[in-house]
Amino acid sequence: MKNKPEHENTETASLSAPPKEAVTLHINGEAKQLEVEPWTSLLDFLRDHLNLTGTKKGCDHGQCGACTILVDGKRINSCLTLAVMKDGSEITTIEGLAKEGELHPVQQAFIDHDAFQCGYCTPGQICSTVGLINEGKAKTLDDIRDLMSGNVCRCGAYTNIVKVVQEALERSQAK
Amino acid sequence: MKTNEIGKPTNRVDGRLKVTGEAKYAGEFNVPNLAYGFVVNSAIAKGKIKKIDTSKALEVEGVLEVFTHENRPGYVWFDKNYKDMDAPPGSPFRPLYDNEIKFSMQPIALAVAETFELARYAASLVRIEYETSPHDTDFETNIESAYVPEEYKSGEPSEPWGQPDQALASAPVQIEGDYTHSSQHHNPMEMHASTVVWKDDGKLTVYDKIQGVMNTQQYVTHAFGMQPEEVQVISPFVGGAFGSGLRPQYQLFLAVLAARELKRSVRVTLTRQQMFSFGHRPKTMQRFALGASKEGKLEALKQDVFAETSRFENYSEDVVIWAGVLYKCGNVKLSHKLVELDVYTPLDMRAPGGTTGIFALECAMDELAYKLGMDPVEFRLKNYSEKDQNEDKPFSSKELRECYRQGAEKFGWEKRNLEPRSMKEGHNLIGWGMAHGAWEANQAQASAKAVVTSDGKLTVSSATADIGTGTYTVMTQIAAETLGIPLDDVTFKLGDSSLPDAPLEGGSKTVSTVGTAVKSACDKVRERLLKLAQQVKDSPLVEASLEQVIFEGGQISLKSESSKAVSIMAAMSQNQGKAIEEEVSSKPADNQSDYARYAHVATFVEVKVDEDLGTIKVTRVVSAVAGGRIINPKTARSQILGGVVWGIGVAMEEDTVMDNNLGRFMNHDLDKYHIPVNADVHDVEVIFVEEKDEIVNPLGAKGLGEIGIVSVAPAIANAVFHATGKRVRELPITLDKLL
Repeated sequence: MKNKPEHENTETASLSAPPKEAVTLHINGEAKQLEVEPWTSLLDFLRDHLNLTGTKKGCDHGQCGACTILVDGKRINSCLTLAVMKDGSEITTIEGLAKEGELHPVQQAFIDHDAFQCGYCTPGQICSTVGLINEGKAKTLDDIRDLMSGNVCRCGAYTNIVKVVQEALERSQAK
Repeated sequence: MKTNEIGKPTNRVDGRLKVTGEAKYAGEFNVPNLAYGFVVNSAIAKGKIKKIDTSKALEVEGVLEVFTHENRPGYVWFDKNYKDMDAPPGSPFRPLYDNEIKFSMQPIALAVAETFELARYAASLVRIEYETSPHDTDFETNIESAYVPEEYKSGEPSEPWGQPDQALASAPVQIEGDYTHSSQHHNPMEMHASTVVWKDDGKLTVYDKIQGVMNTQQYVTHAFGMQPEEVQVISPFVGGAFGSGLRPQYQLFLAVLAARELKRSVRVTLTRQQMFSFGHRPKTMQRFALGASKEGKLEALKQDVFAETSRFENYSEDVVIWAGVLYKCGNVKLSHKLVELDVYTPLDMRAPGGTTGIFALECAMDELAYKLGMDPVEFRLKNYSEKDQNEDKPFSSKELRECYRQGAEKFGWEKRNLEPRSMKEGHNLIGWGMAHGAWEANQAQASAKAVVTSDGKLTVSSATADIGTGTYTVMTQIAAETLGIPLDDVTFKLGDSSLPDAPLEGGSKTVSTVGTAVKSACDKVRERLLKLAQQVKDSPLVEASLEQVIFEGGQISLKSESSKAVSIMAAMSQNQGKAIEEEVSSKPADNQSDYARYAHVATFVEVKVDEDLGTIKVTRVVSAVAGGRIINPKTARSQILGGVVWGIGVAMEEDTVMDNNLGRFMNHDLDKYHIPVNADVHDVEVIFVEEKDEIVNPLGAKGLGEIGIVSVAPAIANAVFHATGKRVRELPITLDKLL
């Protein structure tokens, strides 16, 4: 049996940030060697430390989807993920979707269908759309509505968002 | 007016910035040496802070300071200095002013540290001892002590007209009912945030989430005794607001305080939970009594409204005006009383007063129509108002009949069976309901500046906001149209207190107000350009007046002979490389006040209610809107779609639950406070009926931010009645109310 760690009295322990850990994150195609405090969420790390503010904080509790990014092609809530957990992962944020100034077709479709108003949930909606297509689960209109329901839009642009996703689905099926 | 840009379904000019993540919101300006603040909120609803111990928090390495009422600087003091442009009558809440607790989740400390995580940790280490006093947050039990405020924030209810009591008593068909809904919270996706940049000379640049930068500037300068030139407020993008950004919220005060005291840039962003710690749509109870003749003519109407407010400000909104706007009735009595509770002051929330007042009015009218055995559209046509009876004024325009006609046709209303529970599909009961509504189409005073540079490019600016409404886009369209140049040659700037003055973006008045100022400024530029064009060698326009030329395709040409033209570039070449600059302040025309000015809407809804489970699905919505001239059908449609989604939320989901034992809103996150998600929204169609209005403003456009929501909740409630035969008078209509 392992020795129990000595009870740490938080009232007397010195209070400071936890020591940083080294991680490698491949962000938007670029490998970055970084020092991260283990209590920092991937969302806060992107926004506050790497100045990638395109990923949004809407609740910090996995309830709104504004922070959706792609990790190894899968959509995740970056607020429910600590940065240290993603050592070695491929991370795509909204800033990494356009290639050489040319918008990703889903980004362009969001503009063409006016699938946003204030724009705050939009990066999450776009990443979620790309992730949804990668998953290959959605077949029907109702599937789209269900599988996009983790991304809340308070402006209420759902009617137009669904159109964008439908189009993206058709594009992926045509390939 | 010949149109090239106005009326086109143009993509948002800020679209690219929003889909690439480049659009920066208030809490995203990462300036060097930024410190982070985290707010500590009160755990009790009423009482005093006996002791607040920050010592443990201050021990944390990297924590800079913890601000409380004990170390708040003395210069922030006078009550009146905290008044903002949208403050209701009363005494505004002053963060960290003293040890008194007035409502649950009141901000009582701000921990500031080198990182966000440290600030959050430090905030968790602040220890507070309270001395609690009995609180009262129970709306229902306090209705009896409701009072008429000395001063309303909204308009005062009209004096009674006709003989309402006698008319009601003698009406052969009567209904009465109490209609209620709970408090609701705005919950824009972006939480309220302020980044305050401190400069060595003590001047501040404030990035704030606000629906009008001038309000933030006024608030900061007054509360902190600063001069306008010391405080520049910038707010290029706002991640939704819906009214929550009409008043500066407490994170602004705290961030400015910390930045000034620490002489350092500070950001304070609220958490989603803290988004439930300030204004909300007030709970109301509305008591209706209606009387009609057997033929369906409305003979009497009484509406008594009771609405929640705080103990320190008298918030009120226009809940009782809608009957007089929407129905012809000779005998009307209205009242609006306030119920004072230990809560934060309510706050305008998308279509304040309209969303709630029209819900109750339209449900009551539906009940009356059923009692009469009349089709709800026929009933409304029979009692159609040709003037606003509150003010006894004719409408500047009102194409509501056309909304009924086109909306009903699109919906297939004629196939409806009047009888409740008469339409079924498998185990689903089908209900079709409708309601109509109105929203004010006001214009206020605003300024705009138009600058044409020697390269022929136009920049127009005004200190207005774009909270997702499309301000950037429609102002660009209006400017491009006025000078007859391509959209790409126009830049519109907003959200900066150094720009010409504009009012708060609220009340669906921005296109009307700022759009008119933009047009006026561009009209002045036209005069200047024509004069310059006349100086061009051999100019064909020498004799031409402004009325004789058109601005189109980058050219100024004679209306009578379009080949006789001078390009704007050629005209500008006469200005020695200098720019043309015109700043204009525009006001509503004097004759506007002779008219009642409203946008109108008719909403038709289909619901499917599972007979066994009581689950409700809003399967179809048709919203037919008379909103004057539509500047951009694409963004306009989005506004209405969003309004419909909000209506679904109001009708079926939104409900901030007060625990009266604790005096605290319990469901303060997006898990427990439900707002519509994608799966809640099905087939929604928007129709804009043609409406000409030369009174409302020179553009003929009415605002659309609020008209989309007002009649959705009652149309859903009426559809649920049609489906089930059960009248639910209390929002939200959740399945437990149907079982």
